[in-house]
Formats: sequence, structure tokens, C-alpha cells
Amino acid sequence: MTLAITSPAFKENARAAIADPQLQGVLRGGLGFIDRRQAAIDRLPEFDALRDAARDIKNHTLAHLDLYLEAYEERVRAAGGHVHYAVTPEEARAAILDICRKAGAKSVTKGKTMIAEEIGLNDFLEANGITPIETDLGEYIIQIRHEAPSHIIAPAIHLNKAQVEADFRRVHKHLPENRNLAEPATLLAEARGILRERFLAADVGITGANFLVAETGTSIIVTNEGNGDLTQTLPRVHIVLATIEKLVPTLDDVSQLLRVLARSATGQDMSVYTTFSTGPRRADDPDGPAEYHVVILDNGRSAMLGGEFRDMLRCIRCGACMNHCPIFGAIGGHAYGWVYPGPMGAVLTPALIGVDLAGHLPNASTFCGRCEEVCPVRIPLPRMMRDWREREFERHLSPRTVRTGLAFWAFFAKRPRLYGLATAVAMWVLSLAGAWRGRFRWLPLASAWTRERDFPAPQGATFQSQWKRRRR
Amino acid sequence: MSARDTIFASIRRSLGVSGREAPRRKGVADRLREHPAGVVPARGQLVRRERAELFRKMVEAASGTVEEIPRPADVPGAVAAFLRAHNLPMAVRRGEDPRLEAMPWTRERTLETSKGPSSGSDLAAVSHAFGAVAESGTLMLVSGKDNPTTLNFLPDTHIVVVDAADIAGDYETLWGKLRERFGTGTMPRTVNWITGPSRSADIEQTLILGAHGPRRLHVMVVGETE
Repeated sequence: MTLAITSPAFKENARAAIADPQLQGVLRGGLGFIDRRQAAIDRLPEFDALRDAARDIKNHTLAHLDLYLEAYEERVRAAGGHVHYAVTPEEARAAILDICRKAGAKSVTKGKTMIAEEIGLNDFLEANGITPIETDLGEYIIQIRHEAPSHIIAPAIHLNKAQVEADFRRVHKHLPENRNLAEPATLLAEARGILRERFLAADVGITGANFLVAETGTSIIVTNEGNGDLTQTLPRVHIVLATIEKLVPTLDDVSQLLRVLARSATGQDMSVYTTFSTGPRRADDPDGPAEYHVVILDNGRSAMLGGEFRDMLRCIRCGACMNHCPIFGAIGGHAYGWVYPGPMGAVLTPALIGVDLAGHLPNASTFCGRCEEVCPVRIPLPRMMRDWREREFERHLSPRTVRTGLAFWAFFAKRPRLYGLATAVAMWVLSLAGAWRGRFRWLPLASAWTRERDFPAPQGATFQSQWKRRRR
Repeated sequence: MSARDTIFASIRRSLGVSGREAPRRKGVADRLREHPAGVVPARGQLVRRERAELFRKMVEAASGTVEEIPRPADVPGAVAAFLRAHNLPMAVRRGEDPRLEAMPWTRERTLETSKGPSSGSDLAAVSHAFGAVAESGTLMLVSGKDNPTTLNFLPDTHIVVVDAADIAGDYETLWGKLRERFGTGTMPRTVNWITGPSRSADIEQTLILGAHGPRRLHVMVVGETE
């Protein structure tokens, strides 16, 4: 679906998410990812060395991206495949539609691809008379609900099984009403049956790519279900939709990245299916697509290469940053208002749709640093969120109250003596006023804080004066 | 300007390069040719017997099963026994891999075998792996005339035969063998790494086997593991 961008309403979205008992129930259950990731890492002493290697491989590739792209496209063509370039989402959609039309496609199956969400592919295909069918179970569920994914690797994580059951009963009307759909297992079996027919009937299969390999002209997808693999095996035409930063030099390099990807994402040592596709079916192959196309999209990424957000292009979309983010854990993914949620989304979204629309996202952080701590390619996410805040401020996009407050604070901060004096006085006043309870239920100018919780009354001297005293 | 030219120009502007710099070009050509291995975990670096044991342990950790078969000629009998033990129909579909072809399938009178790609109606399939990786319990299958890819995904039960001698410690070893077989820079249409049976945890994070691919993955390691 083409996503209406609701990032500008992040605050309202977040408030609604916190007030949504069903969503809070799901989030309170916790994402089991954290413990499983830790267990997988504890079993592999080389994990941190592999993270360094993964970071270095990505940095090396990005610094030589033009040359690796050249090598890659040459290998794809040598294997009988086609490479199409697209600067904008419009161009990518047009290229895909053109391939589908030439193939006479009525229906296309899709493996999970975030880039297709980014370019709003499903709605576009539908508007042009082609039925897109999501085949990843989570993506299928949100497709029939006309929703966006709420997590990059667990798109339907915001739903409970009763909601899925209701959707299946609403959409799969041809099946008996008294069937048992009470358990995840029966829901999965029903989806498997329905999607199996769709797989076999589709004319075109569209997948994303976790990686593109320059050495061999290969696209790689990683799945646990086997859906993306059927998507690229059964239809007559396979289209890979990828962005320029998916490139890596060699099969050995991609093996380094694969060793950190699944562990960081789901805590598996390796995902169930890692499929390497190179060109269309060979003359004597008994199966596989007759045509193999790669659509390579830029959408602002080549410009990111030249600035302070280049590091973001290392991202391998494992989702570890959102799994460990206290903000994501409190509000889920939809509140972020576009395709990419959590810390990686807070950095990537402003780069793709503009800081004017997505300025709230880099502000939705406590800067606790857990995202950077768990990132398999060591992306400095908090630093880049700070960079976005600075840009937002420089472009006068932050609200007037924030700017006035900051100016007020800056006035004192630039005058250390005055600052020390003013804070000492303020502390003294607050400690007197709050002496009885030890906390405040209400404070002028701080109602946003005190509405939700008490504000502790200061005790003793300011931090700076204590620091001075103890250093002596 | 074509989209391709626009993107390349923009990349080069951002990197501050022309694309013609000899040292950059050499660096890239060298890396593609030499494909340095990077960090290879110690876990899989074992002698043959221990490697086979680690492989079994890792397959089982991924919810697959492993059986050791002394001689290739025993495979059809083991396949029949496996199907019987799981109360499955006595029929398999398989490719025409020469190693499978050489096995005495007709000796199993109750076992019906058919050959070629799957159309989606087969309940069980037998494939022969190119190799396997002990480090993570991963099988590596390559497509080709005799090895249909559909057999890896459509049937409910997937039985994969692998030579004990082809169980490597790490992925890098198998890439080396693949480059030897297919030539540098060349790949078969599909290489499938398979680590356990298909699964999904998309509904309430409940893990269920058999999402779109096989519910059951059984590996037959053939030959001496000593």
C-alpha cells in the first residue's frame, strides 16, 4: 500500500499507541528477540570481531560503490539477467509495471521487501490492474488489513491471534464457517493453503534483496518461511527490487554479514533459507524463472553517501535497534508514521522524506545508546539523531516554545558563573518548596512531566558544586 | 541523462571521485579476485568425526533430524523406513542427480519414486546436497539439470542426502569448492542454503514449523564420518 505519511503527527500517534490497550498488551508481552539474540551471541566468541568485519566490508563497499556496481551489473548481464536503474520511486514503479505488462501479468506474488513499501508498489500495481499478493505470513496479514508493517522483520507483531482470526474469516469467505482458527497453527495452515494456490498461479514474482554480490551478479534473500524462495522460483518472471547500498564485494564478504544478520535479528545462527539467485533458468534447468530482472533504486541514497548520514547506508535491516529501543517498546512501530520505525527509522526517514516531515522521529529518543550498542554494523544511531536535531533547529523547524526555551538555557549555559548561581538558587527554592513531600505533583512550566509522574524535589547542592567539592 | 548515468554521477559526486582512479580500480579488482575470507569462527574447525557431530547437533538445534547411512546403496531403504516411521505415503519425488541415480531405488518395492521438478502435489522429496556446513547445520544445494529447486520448497517432507566427505567446517570452504566446479565469478542459477525446516513466528511470536516450505527436514549423511 502507498503509505500516507503520518510522521508529522508522531506525538498524537504515540499518545494513541500508549492509550491502545490491545497494542500495549502485545508490547508488554515483550519482544522475545532480546534474550534470543543474547543467547546466540554468547555461543559465538567471534561475534564482536564479525561485527567489526561487517562494518569494514560495508564501509569499503560504500567507498567504492560506483566500481562495485559496475562489476555487479556486468555479472548479472553475463548470467542472462537484466539491470534497470531508477533514480526515484516513480521510475522504479514504472520499470516494474513495464516488466509486468510485457509478461502479461495478472497477479504477482511478493516476497517481503521494505523497498516495495518505500515506493508504495502494491497500490500502484493494483491501480494498474495487477493484483499483488504478499506471501510472508505477517505481510499477508497486514495486506488484508490494509495496514503498514509495524516492524521491519515482524510486520504483524502489533496484532494478536484473535484479530488475525477475524481477518481470515472476513477475507476467506469460501471456507467453512465452523472451521477451527483458534490457534496460530491453524491460522498458519489456512494461509499456507491459500497462498500455495497463489504461488502457482502468479505470472511474476517480486522479491527484495538482503544483499547483491558484485563478484557473481547474485541477489540474496533470507527467509524463514520459504515464501520469498517460492516467489522467485515458480513464476515465469522474477523481479528483484533493491537499493544501491545492498551491494557487497564477494561471497566471502556476504558470509561475514550473514553471520551477524540472523543472530542480531531473531537470535538464529542462520535463517532457515538463504537463497542466492543469479540470472534466469539455464538451458537445461528443469525449473526456475525464464526472466530475471533487477531494479536498482537510488531514492536519495547516493546523496547520503556524501554527508554525515553515510554510516546509515551500512544498515542490513536486522531490526535489533528497534527490538532494544525503549521508545519503540512503548509505542510500537506504526506511530513512527512511515515505512521504517525505531532508531534506524528515526535516522533514515528524515533522509528519505525530509526532516520537515520526519523531524519528530530523531527527537523520539532518550539517547540511552542501546541501539548503537546492539547494531551489527556499528551504526552511530544516536549521533545521527543528534545531527538531525541540529538540522531541524538550524532550519527553524522546531516549535517556538522549544526555541525560546533553548535560547533561555543557552543564555545561562554560556555564562558559567551565572549558571552556577542561578541553578543554586533554583535548587534552594525547589528544595524548600518540596521539603514536605520530597516531590512535586505539579510544577510551573513542567506540566508535561508532572501530568504523568511526580517530580522529585532536589536534595542538597547542585551536581556541579558537588563535583567541585569532591574533586578537591 | 539515463537513470543509470544520474545515479553513477551522484555517487561519484558524493565520493569525490571520477571512477577512473587507478588505485581504486585496482583495489576493487583485487578484492573481487582474492575474496579474502575475513573472520571464520573456530566452532567448525574440527576433525572429520567431530565436524559430523557438530553438524548433527546444529541441524537438530534448527529442528531438523540427521541419520548416518554407511553406504549410498542403503539410502532407498532408509528413505522407505523414514516414510513408514512417520506414517507417510510411500512415494517420493527426486531429481536425476547421478549420485541418486546410482542408488537401487527399484529394490524398495513398496516405494514409489518419480523424477523431475515438483508441481506442488508431492508430499515428500529427496535431494542431494552439494555440501554442508557444520558451523550452523546448513545444507547447500545447487540448481541444475538434475537438481530441481522446487523439490526444496514445495513438498511437506524434504529428505536431503549429503556425502559425509562434503561436510565442511565453514561456508568459505564450500564457496571454494563452488568456484572450482563452476568457475570464478560464475554461479548456478540458484544456490540454496537450508538450515532446518520452514517456520514462521508471525502470529504472536509463536514458532510453528512448515510455513510455506517443508514441515520436516531429514538429512541423510552417507559414508564414513570417521
